[in-house]
Amino acid sequence: MISEKPLLEMQGIDKSFPGVKALDKVDLTVYPGEVVALIGENGAGKSTLMNVLGGVVEPDSGTIKIEGQSVVIKNVSDAIKLGIGFIHQELNILDNLSIAGNIFLGREPTRLGPLRIINRRRMWAQTAPYLQELGLNLPASTLLSQMSIAHQQMVEVAKSLSLNARLLIMDEPTSSLTLSETKRLFDVIRQLRSNGVSIIYISHRLAEVKECADRVVGLRDGVNVGSLELEKITHDNMVRLMIGRKVEEFFVSPRAKGGDKFFSVSGLSTSRYPHHKISFEASRGEILGFAGLVGAGRTEMAHAIFGVEATKGGLVSISGEKLQIRCAGDAIENGIYLVPEDRRKCGLITEMTFRENITLPDLNRYAVLGLIKRSRETVISEKQCEKLKIKLTSVETLVKNLSGGNQQKVVLAKWLSLKPKVIIFDEPTRGIDIGSKAEIYHLMRNLADEGVVIVMISSDMEEILGVSDRVAVMHEGKITGILTQGNFDEEAVMRLAVGQKDWTGNKNN
Amino acid sequence: MKKEIGISAMLIVLCVAVAILNPLFLSVTNLQNTARLVGMFGIFSIGVGVVIITGGIDLSVGSLFALFGVLLSFMLMSWGWSWPLAVAAILLTAVAIGVFHGFLVTKMNLQSFIVTLCGLLFYRGLARYIAEDQTLGFGYCTGFETLHRLTTGQFLGVPMPFVLLIIISFIMWVVLHRSVYGRYLFAVGRNEEAARFSGINTSLVIASSYVVSALMAGIGAILLAFYTNSISPSSHGNFYELYAIAAAVLGGCSLRGGEGSVIGIVIGAALLQVLQNLVNLLGIPSSLNFAVMGTVILIGVIADQILGRRKLKS
Repeated sequence: MISEKPLLEMQGIDKSFPGVKALDKVDLTVYPGEVVALIGENGAGKSTLMNVLGGVVEPDSGTIKIEGQSVVIKNVSDAIKLGIGFIHQELNILDNLSIAGNIFLGREPTRLGPLRIINRRRMWAQTAPYLQELGLNLPASTLLSQMSIAHQQMVEVAKSLSLNARLLIMDEPTSSLTLSETKRLFDVIRQLRSNGVSIIYISHRLAEVKECADRVVGLRDGVNVGSLELEKITHDNMVRLMIGRKVEEFFVSPRAKGGDKFFSVSGLSTSRYPHHKISFEASRGEILGFAGLVGAGRTEMAHAIFGVEATKGGLVSISGEKLQIRCAGDAIENGIYLVPEDRRKCGLITEMTFRENITLPDLNRYAVLGLIKRSRETVISEKQCEKLKIKLTSVETLVKNLSGGNQQKVVLAKWLSLKPKVIIFDEPTRGIDIGSKAEIYHLMRNLADEGVVIVMISSDMEEILGVSDRVAVMHEGKITGILTQGNFDEEAVMRLAVGQKDWTGNKNN
Repeated sequence: MKKEIGISAMLIVLCVAVAILNPLFLSVTNLQNTARLVGMFGIFSIGVGVVIITGGIDLSVGSLFALFGVLLSFMLMSWGWSWPLAVAAILLTAVAIGVFHGFLVTKMNLQSFIVTLCGLLFYRGLARYIAEDQTLGFGYCTGFETLHRLTTGQFLGVPMPFVLLIIISFIMWVVLHRSVYGRYLFAVGRNEEAARFSGINTSLVIASSYVVSALMAGIGAILLAFYTNSISPSSHGNFYELYAIAAAVLGGCSLRGGEGSVIGIVIGAALLQVLQNLVNLLGIPSSLNFAVMGTVILIGVIADQILGRRKLKS
């Protein structure tokens, strides 16, 4: 199956972004008909490397060869011409168009000469074979808005095939698929492979990688840290390749022993999963991790607790006192804060200054008779800036000019200028460099030690295992289990995350 | 601040140019009349500007002038209301209309463009129906001379509308640029979602901006009604919402929301009036009025875009 001549050779790819070296002399070789899995932590450089290949970003230096020929990929259309197809995690589709309309976007077959009327029949006829090849049993005229995400993804694959793709990049293709859809995707991958298409498969889900990859390449901090041949692809080897250190190194053990059940949520149901109820308790001084697959309803839960999303019933209480939370203002008044997943959209007003962001939730505190005293704001802002070691030229800096890690610290600084009782972190280190990550973990631990309840939603397994004192695992809107320190490991969490009740054979809770 | 300086420079250059080409520009009568118009247009432009800062738009103000003008004439002339009562009634009606717009935008989740476009059509129609398409006025203002003086008179030689503009713009400057409410307006305009996640009642903030706009339109309507003393409901205040939007945009408001300043809006409104004046004084056919205004706004926006891009590069 694997011929001796590689399809793709990337050599010495370097790429820096302001403040971060994203790729450091990375080599990557892919043979025809080979499935190469690219693994690594968030921020290891996987996406950047693939963006270089897909023409989304230009490398600072390095060479790319396709079938031995040096090529220059300046933009996406260069990549397409070279037979490189990129299936992004966020699908690149127009859901108001049909399957055929998406596949032939920008190169629609036309008729009536200069009138360029779209020849729909021909478009549909030309679409059908690709759908058949991928086992997609739908008419080519189906609107994408009426299809599941898995099927939409297949349309993207079909589009790449129609563009004669020889190499498909799939970035986290299963992140929003159900288990059976995932199985179906693997069948397609196998079939493409047997047709000689090479695939670069990016995933955090090691079980999937094990199932479909011929070879595994690990990236860590922008460096290619080696590869595993087929027979060496085991779970342990992959974890070692990815993290290169023991998981425990993250973990700082709690100073205070919890157990006071200070914060409790009972019977909470969100509008996404109206029939499931979420109940849990958390104590002062503990970090309660929330694991689960994307779409398990963790973010919705956080939003419901914080009052920014309507609930279908449920009770939130702090030290036994029931709270009425109808909007974020109510939650904030009661000392419950959210560090949201999408900090640029929900956490910060990036076009405003650091000072204005910090004081926004409790602006009246800085005002006399409704008029803001800027000097008071400045004092607090400078204090918070120093306390959280945020690198700023002045508190009047616009937040959009800060790095991801610093922006996350701004969100945190905003809440820490108040009196936190419970802080919910939703994906606290997504898109943040390693250094800032460690700082944020320490901040969380320090807050917990000061008696704040920390709820941490994370899809990063190492983070969940390395930072939490207890781990609650969610699956489709329900908590399927709560594991305590000492008896959670990746496997137990994964089992619960996919909805298995029996997460352990010999350990007990 | 940069934008205000830019547009101020534009205003000064324009004034100097007109003054050189026709010294009549600097005559007391002309200056007073221009100031009167700047006052009226400035006041309701500030209101529309507040809505624009939250990321919305208010197209209804022009028609509100007709409706309020007609109502005011009826109250004072036909129904014999005392003038303080009539003024209060107009302003209260304005507030009610603003609340209604705000409700539709925030609670019914309708786009502000649609809501206020329907308002533009509806209030105009209503005004014409109430007035039976007759031109109304205030005659010799017998019985409400005080109101007449307050709206059309002078204070130390300065026309009352301009005096009112100075008072209102000072108040609005404090509200927008110094108060908690003002900060909320800008925050909501910049990023409504993040504002909501910071505990701000974004619906209330947005809705309130429509109330401010309608209230300013109410004040402007009273001034305009007495200024013209002739309200023909089908044309009174036509296109005035566009003057307000143009003034706000010239003054540095972004239609995406979150940007703008009271000073900028006022100078923008003044610039538009000087332009009108220029057309009259330089003997340019008045049919070209709108064309001149459109050209100048376009040049201003293009200049701003080019300068903005250069700033980004450096």
